[in-house]
Amino acid sequence: MDAGPVLWVLSQTCELESVRRGRAKPMSGVMKRMGMIFRAKANKALDRAEDPRETLDYSYQKQLELLQKVRRGVADVATSRKRLELQLNQLQSQSSKLEDQGRKALALGREDLAREALSRRAALQQQVTDLETQHATLQGEEEKLTLAAQRLQAKVDAFRTKKETIKATYTAAQAQTRIGEAFSGISEEMGDVGLAIQRAEDKTAQLQARAGAIDELLASGALDDPSGTHKDDLQAELDRLSGGTDVELELQRMKAELAGGPSAGQQAIEGGTGQADPRTQQQPQDTPRFDKQ
Amino acid sequence: MIVRIMGEGQVALAESHLAELNKLDEELLAEMDNGDGPGFRATLQALLAKVHELGEPLPDDSLEPSDLILPSPDATIDEVRELLSDDGLIPGV
Repeated sequence: MDAGPVLWVLSQTCELESVRRGRAKPMSGVMKRMGMIFRAKANKALDRAEDPRETLDYSYQKQLELLQKVRRGVADVATSRKRLELQLNQLQSQSSKLEDQGRKALALGREDLAREALSRRAALQQQVTDLETQHATLQGEEEKLTLAAQRLQAKVDAFRTKKETIKATYTAAQAQTRIGEAFSGISEEMGDVGLAIQRAEDKTAQLQARAGAIDELLASGALDDPSGTHKDDLQAELDRLSGGTDVELELQRMKAELAGGPSAGQQAIEGGTGQADPRTQQQPQDTPRFDKQ
Repeated sequence: MIVRIMGEGQVALAESHLAELNKLDEELLAEMDNGDGPGFRATLQALLAKVHELGEPLPDDSLEPSDLILPSPDATIDEVRELLSDDGLIPGV
């Protein structure tokens, strides 16, 4: 880049006041160099214009554009954050579902299924932890950009007032010196905000790629679909196990009611169905045994 | 004297603190030149803490240019190197 020599020449004209007074060596630290680079940028832009008052209008347009951009940036980051929150909710509900499945499997005496459910849950928790970290990052970016937008708005308003005063009061020649300070102040802010937007965009883009991958996983059913339209193998097995058991339990309960029920009405129906009792009572034991094969 | 912390805003502090900040700033530059990542991070945090401690935030509508500019707290050594070596990285105005 052309930064080196140009910056050096420019920085000679815009050194720190303390450097000019001989109290500090020039270019001897990061903070100083950085300050000079920003000022050199502003000076370059200022030198380009024939009438410095035009620079004011041009810069003001740029400031308004940047304000729009930073507001869009805030909105983009917020969208990504909300998407992450949605995914986190989905992952968390899936995680507690797996925990329930584990418990149910254990209650049904299927430790193998319980183990499978819990190990899937552990993998999911890892994802949740990662997403939580990313969520915190995005939240931080959103806050920073929101504050940057506020600061920039305040400076743009102040700049507009100053610009109008300068244009109304001074000739082009007189304006030159008046413009310098306001202009480098705002252009420094613009450079800073511009970089902040770039950084936020980079971070958002990285996170969106990951969020896309998780969406795919959720959609493919690998992490299960919380809408319940796509049943995973674990749930299917458990449903089969517990579904059978539930029916059997219900049947037993009904038969018990019919056989020795407390109310007269139930006793009246008892006659015909009572005979099926011995056979169906075997089934609760049969069903799990069948499923294990 | 006015110091900008990138991504955070500006603070004003007395010129009498310059020597103190200079010492850390020179250390920071040396660490960057030597590629001393951990040292760089530690010194950057120390500089930021000093500036936070000694400085008074400027109002949002201030249009003052800064004398010194500090990288943001989470800036890496590579990012700062790029900022210093390549003025293309700072968006044009």
